[in-house]
Amino acid sequence: MSPRPDSRADSRPVSRPEKPWLFRTYSGHSSARASNALYRSNLAKGQTGLSVAFDLPTQTGYDSDHPLARGEVGKVGVPICHIDDMQTLFDAIPLEQMNTSMTINATAAWLLALYVATAERQGGSARKLRGTTQNDIIKEYLSRGTFGFPPEASMRLTSEIVSYTVANVPDWNPINVCSYHLQEAGATPVQEIAFSMANAISLLDSLRASGDLRASGDLRASGDLRASGDLRDADLAKVFGRISFFLNAGIRFVEEMCKCRAMTALWEEIGRTRYGITDEKMLRLRYGVQVNSLGLTEAQPENNIVRIALEALGVTLSQRARARSLQLPAWNEALGLPRPWDQQLSLRTQQILAYETDLLEYDDLFDGSHVVERRTRELMDAARAELENVLAMGGAVAAVENAYMKQKLVESHTARIRAIESGALTVVGVNAYRETVESPLVQAGTSSILKVDESAERAQIESLRAFRSRRNAAEVATAIRQLEDAIRAGQNIMPPSIAAAKAGVTTGEWTEVLRRVFGEYRAPTGVAASSAAAASPADSQVRERVDALSQRLGRRLKILVGKPGLDGHSNGAEQIAVKARDAGMEVVYDGIRLTPEEIVQSARDEGVHVVGLSILSGSHGVLVVDVVERMKAAGLGAIPVVVGGIIPPEDARALERAGVRRVYTPKDFDLARIMGEIVDVVAEANRAA
Amino acid sequence: MSEGAESPSELAARVKAGDRGAVARALNLVDDRRSARRADALVLLDALEGQGRGRRIGLTGAPGAGKSTLLDALATGLRARGRTVGILAVDPSSRKSGGALLGDRFRMGASARDAGVFFRSLAARDQLGGLAEVAGASVEVLAAAFDVVFVETVGVGQSEASVADFVDTLVFVAQPAAGDLLQFMKAGILEWPDVFFVNKSDLEGLATRTATELRAGLDLGRGEDPADRPPVLSGSARDGVGIDALIDALDAHHAKQDRTGEFRRRREAGRLARIESALVRRYGRFGLARLGGRPALEAFVAAHPARSAEGVIDALGARFEAGFAAKSEP
Repeated sequence: MSPRPDSRADSRPVSRPEKPWLFRTYSGHSSARASNALYRSNLAKGQTGLSVAFDLPTQTGYDSDHPLARGEVGKVGVPICHIDDMQTLFDAIPLEQMNTSMTINATAAWLLALYVATAERQGGSARKLRGTTQNDIIKEYLSRGTFGFPPEASMRLTSEIVSYTVANVPDWNPINVCSYHLQEAGATPVQEIAFSMANAISLLDSLRASGDLRASGDLRASGDLRASGDLRDADLAKVFGRISFFLNAGIRFVEEMCKCRAMTALWEEIGRTRYGITDEKMLRLRYGVQVNSLGLTEAQPENNIVRIALEALGVTLSQRARARSLQLPAWNEALGLPRPWDQQLSLRTQQILAYETDLLEYDDLFDGSHVVERRTRELMDAARAELENVLAMGGAVAAVENAYMKQKLVESHTARIRAIESGALTVVGVNAYRETVESPLVQAGTSSILKVDESAERAQIESLRAFRSRRNAAEVATAIRQLEDAIRAGQNIMPPSIAAAKAGVTTGEWTEVLRRVFGEYRAPTGVAASSAAAASPADSQVRERVDALSQRLGRRLKILVGKPGLDGHSNGAEQIAVKARDAGMEVVYDGIRLTPEEIVQSARDEGVHVVGLSILSGSHGVLVVDVVERMKAAGLGAIPVVVGGIIPPEDARALERAGVRRVYTPKDFDLARIMGEIVDVVAEANRAA
Repeated sequence: MSEGAESPSELAARVKAGDRGAVARALNLVDDRRSARRADALVLLDALEGQGRGRRIGLTGAPGAGKSTLLDALATGLRARGRTVGILAVDPSSRKSGGALLGDRFRMGASARDAGVFFRSLAARDQLGGLAEVAGASVEVLAAAFDVVFVETVGVGQSEASVADFVDTLVFVAQPAAGDLLQFMKAGILEWPDVFFVNKSDLEGLATRTATELRAGLDLGRGEDPADRPPVLSGSARDGVGIDALIDALDAHHAKQDRTGEFRRRREAGRLARIESALVRRYGRFGLARLGGRPALEAFVAAHPARSAEGVIDALGARFEAGFAAKSEP
C-alpha cells in the first residue's frame, strides 16, 4: 500500500488504511439468554466477531444436571445442553453474517453440529458459515484439561471435523492449533512454536495417511475430498490452508512480535518442505490471539490496562505477521468475572489501536531490521531443533503419552515462578514497586466484578428437564443409535451429529455415546518426573521445618493436592505439588475433575495431614464448602484444608468462616512462603501431638 | 475422630469389621515412628495377627509395564465379582529432600475412586529394608479388612524377594520387548513369581514372543514338575483383555495352596524371613547369632503363635538390648 505518492510528509495519508483484524471478546455466562443479550450489546459497540465461552460442563460433555456439573453451570461460560439453548444464544444474530469463534475442544463436533443445525433453522446454509472451532485436543492434555477421550480417538474426531468442513463449510476454520495455553502452562517462546507446530503436523500427517478414509457418503458425493487413498495435493493444500493457530501474547512484546514472525516463516517452510505446497495463499499462517490472561495481576490491577495494550501491540505491530483476530481480556480478570464495562474497555483498546493510531497505514515496519531479524532467526532455529526432537520421538501424540511435553512445560513454569520469587523477573506491583495508594477501582469491592446469579444453575436445570420432556423420545433414541452405529462403522461423525442435534439429543447424551465407544482418558500429569530446580535459602528453611514437624508427627508430612469440579487448569496445582515434594512432603496428587466425595475418600485412605484444593472456575463457594462439610462428616474435621484460586476477598472470608484455614489467590506468588504456612497450619492442627 | 481417642484393641475390632476410617487410622499408626505409638501399634498388630481374611497378592514389574493399569482392571474385575479390594502402592520416587510425589493413585484411574476399593500409597523413603517393615505391617492391616489385598512395587530383581515374604501370590507383569529372556534371567526374576502376565498383548507379535520366552525360561530355570510351573498369561490391561483369566488363575493358585498346605507353609516362612531380616538389619548377623541364631528364632516364634511379626521383632530386640547392656556394664 505504501509508498503513498499522494501523501505529503506533513499531512494524513489519503489512501485507505488496511482493514483491521476482527475484534472479539471472549464471553458468555449464566445462560443462553443472558449471553445473547451480552453479544448483541457488544456487537452494537463495534465488536466485529463473536467469541463464545462455554461453561465447563458443556466443554467436557456433561448436561447441567450431572453430579460433576454441580456448581459449574454458567460459571466460566454459557451452558449449552441442546439445540434450543443454541438457538437462544444466537437469537436475532443471523449466523450467515457472523464470524463466530467457539472455544470448544472435546465436544467440538457436537457444538459445531448444534451451530450448523441452528443456522439451518434460521433458514441459512452451512456453506456460508464462517468461524472457528478450537478443536485442539493435544493442548488440552498439556494444559487446559477439558479433554474427554483418549488421544487416538481425539485425533480421529479432529480430522473428521476437518474433512467435513473442508467439504461442506469451506470458510470454516476447523481447528485452531493453540499455542496460547502452552504459554499459560509455562512454555517459553521456543516451546510455544515447536510444540504447536508438532501438534499441527501430527494432525496433517494423520489426515494425509488416512486420506479421509472415514468420509461419509455425502462427503464423497461432494467430491472435495477423495474417499480413500492419499489426499490429492490440491486437497492437502486446502486442508493446510484451513488450519489456523491461536496464540498468546505476553508482556515481552518485542520478543512476542519476533515469535509471530518466526511462526509465520516456519509454517511456510513446513508447508513447502514437508507437504510440498506451493500456493502462496495456502502457505500463509493465519492466527488469532488472546493476550495473556494469566500474567494479569491481582495486585494493583489497574496496571493490567497498560499490560493488555502493550501485549496487543506485540501481535499487531508487524504487518507480515499480524493477528487476524484479537481478543483482549479485561483488566480485572485476576479478581473475578469481568463486567460489561470492563469488556468494553478492552474493545475500546482495540478500536484505538486500529482506528486512532496510524498502525494500519504502513507496510511491515521491521523488514530489514537486523535486530528483529536476528531474534526471529534465533527463535526459528531453536524451535526447529525442538520440533525435530519431538518428531523423532514419534510426534506430538507420542510426546503427550510419554509426558515429554508436559514435563518440559512444568519445568519451564517452575523456572518462571522461581524467577518471580527471586526477583530475577520483575512484575511491577507484585515483586517490585509494591507501594500503592488505595485503588478506587477495587475499593468498590464485590461491585467491581460480575457475580453470576446462583439461581442460574437451577433455572438452567429446570429448562433442560422441560426440554427433555417435550422432545420426541423415539426420535432421540433413533438418533443416538444411528450416531453410535456410524462411529463404530468408522463413518464421519458430523452428519449423524447434526441429525442428533435436530432430533433434540443433549450434550451429555451425545458425549455419553462417545465415552461408550472410545472410553475415557486421564492424561499424564507430568509432575512426577519433573526435575527440581536448585533450592533457595527459603526452600532449605522450609525443608528443615518439614523434617522437624515430620519427626513430631511420627510420619512424614503428607499432603493431598486436589482439584474439585470440572476446571482443568492444573498448572497451579502442579506447581504446588512439585514445590511440596521439594520441600520434603509426601504428595498425593490425584489430578483433575474430582468430586468432593472422591477427594474426601483420598484424604482418608491416604492418611494425609493436610488437604490443598485448587479451583479457578469460580465454583469454590459450592465445591470447597462441600469438601469441608464432608470431611467433618467423615470424622476428618481435624485435617486442615487450604485453598488456592481466583477467589474474591468476600468469598475468601466466607470460606474461612466455613472452616478453610488459608486462602491463596494469584497475588500469592511466593510458593516457599505458602509451604511455610502449610507447615504452620499442620503444626497448629496437631498441637496436642 | 482423633487418633488418640480409641484404644488399639477398639481400633483392631473396627478394622476387622471393615470400617474404612479405622483402616486408615490403623495404617497411620503402624507407620508412626514415635515410640509411644509403637506400643499401640504392636497391640493392634497382635490383635490382628492370624485374623487376616484377605488374600495377599504382590504385583511387580519394571516401570512402564502397566502395573497401575492392570491393578485398575483387576480391582474393577474383583469388584464385579463382589469382592472388596485393598491396595498398597509402594512408590519409589522419593527424593533427597525426603519428599515424594505419589502418583499411583492417579495412574490407577476410576477404580481408585470406587467406594469398595481402598488405596494407600507409601513412599519408599530412606531405605528399602525399613520400607519392608512398614509395608508388611500395612498389609496385615489391609488383609484384616478386605477380601483381596494387592501390594504394588516397582522392581526388576532384588525387591521381588522381599515382597514375596509378605504375599501369598506374586504376579510379575512383563512388557513385551525383544530380548527379554536374557534380561529376566539376569535379574533373577524367574525364581519368585507364581503367575506371569504379559501385558499389552495389542503389540501382538512381541507379546507372543515374550510369553514364549518366559515359558522357555521357566522350563530351564524352575525344576518343578512341568504341571506346577507358574502359568504365563497374556492380555491387555488397557483394553480389559485377559483380566478374567488372570483373576481365575489367581483363584486357582489360592485353591491349590489351600489344598496342598502350601498356604500355611509360605505364610510361616514369610513371617520368619521378615523377622530375621528385620533383626539382622537392626543388630547385624552378630546380634542374631547372640540371640541363638535361626534355631532360637524358630523356637521363639513357635512358642508365641499369636504374636505379630512386629511383636516378635520387638520382643527379641528388647532381649538382645537388655543382654548387651547387662554385659557391657561393670
